[in-house]
Amino acid sequence: MSSNPTRVTAPDGTPFIEVVREFDAPVGLVFRASTDPGLVAQWLGPRELTMRVIEFDARQGGRYRYVHTAPDGAEYAFRGVFHTVTEPLIIQTFEYEGAPGSVSLETRILDDIGGRTRMRQNAVFPSVAARDEALAAGMEHGITDSMDRLAELLAVGTARPGR
Amino acid sequence: MARAPEDHDQLDRAFAALADPVRRAIIARLSTGPATVNELAEPFPITVQAVSQHVQVLEQAGLVTRTRQAQRRPVHLDPAALEAVTSWIDSYRLQAERSYRRLDAVLEKLKEEQ
Repeated sequence: MSSNPTRVTAPDGTPFIEVVREFDAPVGLVFRASTDPGLVAQWLGPRELTMRVIEFDARQGGRYRYVHTAPDGAEYAFRGVFHTVTEPLIIQTFEYEGAPGSVSLETRILDDIGGRTRMRQNAVFPSVAARDEALAAGMEHGITDSMDRLAELLAVGTARPGR
Repeated sequence: MARAPEDHDQLDRAFAALADPVRRAIIARLSTGPATVNELAEPFPITVQAVSQHVQVLEQAGLVTRTRQAQRRPVHLDPAALEAVTSWIDSYRLQAERSYRRLDAVLEKLKEEQ
């Protein structure tokens, strides 16, 4: 199976998080896997948590809500409304119910790149602080980082000088 | 992971400090070991004074510290502070990546069914 890299950028001082990822499947299939509730339940969310899709009505004005349950029983619920669902474009709101009122607007577009798909998603948060909170929340799932990724992360293209 | 409120200001300063390419290059250099301001200034076509100002910004952001070794005062990277900044984006990315790997598998299945 392919392992296409996921690129996340969160420019300093902006309320944006941009995610770019390619898939080895045509736009039509990626769109289907992103809008069919049965399929969405198979991939959305962190692996160590189980997910229940309460509702997922992927059409204009439709709502979605899903709940992750952590191994310790803690529940994390997310909800939103679909603004636009027209292949290859999905625009929706997103809210973590643990941080009510901090609603982001997600625009996801699927580009056809020769039979494969490039997904570009931009999330706009109500403030830079809300964006930073969302990034920090990603850390709660326990991925410990090391200095090894520093160069990649900071995108410093220069060779490291010796000591 | 719980964070004290004052950490937010610190993180804001850290993010702001890292917005500058020269300061990112300085951080990258310091990740290989401590260096004096003069040493840090070598690769850059800017004055030692300008580099010193960049180091001050990084110091105020809590990303680097300076020891008092007489004249030398080498600059050290604070790995913990930097990790607080970098791991945010990285763990967000890894979390997204794990979802997308599963989406890859769903797509493979759908392709087979067609």
